[in-house]
Amino acid sequence: MLTIPAIRWGKPYTALEKQEVVHFLSGEPIASISQVNGGMLQLDMKKAARARAVLREIPSENLLLMCEKAAELFESAELPMGDGTQSVDDFIHQQSASTGLPEHMCLGNMKKNSFVLANMRQILDALTRGLDLSILGRGYGEEGRGVTVSYQVQSPVLGAVLPNNSPGVHTLWLPAIPLQIGLLLKPGSQEPWTPYRMVSAFMEAGVPAEAFALYPGGHDVGSTLLTRCSRSMVFGSAQTVEQYAGNPRVQPHGPGFSKILLGDDVVDQWEDYLDMMVESVFSNSGRSCINCSGIWASRHTDKIAAALAERLGAVDVLPPEDPDAGLAAFTNAAMATGTWGMVQQDLQESGVTDMTGDYGDRLVEKERCAYLRPMVVHADSPDRGVASKEYMFPFVSVVQCPQKDMVKKIGPTLVGTAITSDQDFILSLTESTSIDRLNIGPMPTNRLNWLQPHEGNLTEFLFRSRAYQITELPSAVGV
Amino acid sequence: MTTKSMTTESDVATSATAAREKLDAHTYETVQWHFHESTGSPFWLEKKAGLNFDPLTEVKCFDDLKKFPLFEDEWLRGGPVRRWVPKGMDGQPTYVFETGGTTGIPKSRVVIDDFRIDYEMFSHTLPDEYFPKGANWLMLGPSGPRRLRLAVEHLCQFRGGISFCIDLDPRWVVKLIKKGWMDHLEEYKKHCIDQAVTILTAGHDIKCMFTTPKLLESLAYGLAERDTSIQEVGITGIFSGGTEFTPQWTRFCVEELLGGPTEESGVYMTPTYGNTLMGLACSRPVTEEEDYKIAYYAPQPRAVVEVVDFDDHTRVVPYAGTGRVKLYTMTKEFFVPGFLERDEGEREEPYSSYPWDGVSGVRPYHAIASQTTVGVY
Repeated sequence: MLTIPAIRWGKPYTALEKQEVVHFLSGEPIASISQVNGGMLQLDMKKAARARAVLREIPSENLLLMCEKAAELFESAELPMGDGTQSVDDFIHQQSASTGLPEHMCLGNMKKNSFVLANMRQILDALTRGLDLSILGRGYGEEGRGVTVSYQVQSPVLGAVLPNNSPGVHTLWLPAIPLQIGLLLKPGSQEPWTPYRMVSAFMEAGVPAEAFALYPGGHDVGSTLLTRCSRSMVFGSAQTVEQYAGNPRVQPHGPGFSKILLGDDVVDQWEDYLDMMVESVFSNSGRSCINCSGIWASRHTDKIAAALAERLGAVDVLPPEDPDAGLAAFTNAAMATGTWGMVQQDLQESGVTDMTGDYGDRLVEKERCAYLRPMVVHADSPDRGVASKEYMFPFVSVVQCPQKDMVKKIGPTLVGTAITSDQDFILSLTESTSIDRLNIGPMPTNRLNWLQPHEGNLTEFLFRSRAYQITELPSAVGV
Repeated sequence: MTTKSMTTESDVATSATAAREKLDAHTYETVQWHFHESTGSPFWLEKKAGLNFDPLTEVKCFDDLKKFPLFEDEWLRGGPVRRWVPKGMDGQPTYVFETGGTTGIPKSRVVIDDFRIDYEMFSHTLPDEYFPKGANWLMLGPSGPRRLRLAVEHLCQFRGGISFCIDLDPRWVVKLIKKGWMDHLEEYKKHCIDQAVTILTAGHDIKCMFTTPKLLESLAYGLAERDTSIQEVGITGIFSGGTEFTPQWTRFCVEELLGGPTEESGVYMTPTYGNTLMGLACSRPVTEEEDYKIAYYAPQPRAVVEVVDFDDHTRVVPYAGTGRVKLYTMTKEFFVPGFLERDEGEREEPYSSYPWDGVSGVRPYHAIASQTTVGVY
């Protein structure tokens, strides 16, 4: 069993209080992780400026090379981890064991994180629209048009309250390091693996340890981080997102309510898009905010729902090491039974049909965990409650809605894939503030182009464009 | 095992036996007082009529207290509070102290001299080196109708000093939390800390203080913002209380807020555990060698702490076993023949200074923890 300390700006700290991370099936401990208190984080915030200072001593170009090296190490090396080391296989087993995600999905998420890190140069080039990164480090510079530009850093460090069960989201904070911004992370209690391994890879690649802080702990650590850090992200529920909405210091990430919209011009050929619909709903066991939870069309919705149910309804629970396993476990069985209860309520409403009802029980309860098998639900109107639901398993509502009403009815949509050539419809979707990432054409919602900003541009979150005027000092008299 | 440690263990065992005999005798005397028609309180004399045994003849030792039903703190809500005053103490100046009361009727306890006696006993446990006689104190804790405020002031006066206080209304703090007004909560905390910093930096020569863990932490940050520290403003002795005292928090506090272990920093902190019903339980010295373990011992025989089975409160758990904290109070003023606290912990062996059972790892009772707001100030 690994013993993993907190990291206080590069220095390991072994606390008296520790929390065990256990295997979701056997209950066997995998790691013991030091638990710190919010006060310690508050105290350490005084040294946050140092994290940026040590990164600013390294040219951005060198940091980008270190990112490439870190990507390679993250994906292939045996790395220091607490009082031991961790191979790639260890990482995959440990992450699967604590989160309930099948191992091949853990590998997929690992490759996604590694890909983003390896391609950081192109990603930052896209996010900053080609800005010379040394301008961000220095605070101002000349962009080549004879105009001084200045970007005021908003915080020496980026804080993040990380989730328990979604190893794919870690891509979002990775660009901080080449932007010469330190990282202050609160790892999720069941998924400490990615942040710890990523920080270990960064350090092995030559990024100074003082740039990193990892504070595992309780809720007070999370709330202190969000209060004390000038720029931070938080991953949580719809309530968490609501709580921090409008707070310029916090970028909240929650349910995505991602959707596929079929235009009237293509809906009669809906069968051509069945594969991309299945992928959008089912990839990563439906856990991501970019998984599709709603498919909207003006007609054929009952047939679409039946076809999806036929493809997804039979999917059953397989052991996590099985390469065909498609379902992640709810490591806390009560989460599954609670979710199941909410789904049952959704199904009570008139006009809502359970399309996977004939494919066997959905709730599968095991000794220490539970699973929910995929569900497809048909809603005859966008006004049904289920049309705006998202759950942590492959769950999709196929919603009948006239095309003209879609934009005003879809509600918040992180990824909206619109399959249409109707230019008026495309224009109205482009203008809509309900959709964050807009895909025009049959692109699965889960396939992100990393050269596009995600839920806001991180560089705009960390740096603010401002005026910077310079004039020469008059010559000193008598010199 | 060395000869010395064997001797020490044997000494503790001898002292424990003597302490138990003293507790049995004290129990008998206390029950006689509270249930005799001439001295008992109207409350207990009335209760006596409903008991299926006669406390005057059938309670001869501490274990006989288990014949009583559990004390219910709901009995303490509302008046007349005079029903709690033993007839044998009629006419003496009487205080009433409250606990709870954010909404609804608070629980009240009448007190005549108990808070003075309890805190004088506690005073003898404080090292003079860090709590100098004659030093002034700061009471950085709840004000209002609370025993703690007067008790700390008495402790200070008993040791020859003058106690300074701040205004802090814990009921408003609980309301702010319930309303989710976290910005207001933060401002109120600042308001309290500002008062404390003003007193500490006004030349009052304050060397000792009472505070709660949360306020101690906030005070440390408040002082740091003014480029000073608890150590620098001259505090040498801190007496603190609350269930938020965990070993890790204590270590953090000692190492990072107080300037290091006592011998290096010159600042001594002692955790305590108590409430208006029982009084004050002291802790064994908290040391790095023992991983900052915090073990509390009640002021026997005036009060007793047991760690009992979660399902059977008459059964004490084995040493190091986990159970619910059960309190007993046996003073001339107040009688509690067994009250289940909202806390749990591990049963501790007797200790040389306190040769009776203690409790360590005190934390909110797991079955009700989520409903309880702890450490609000």
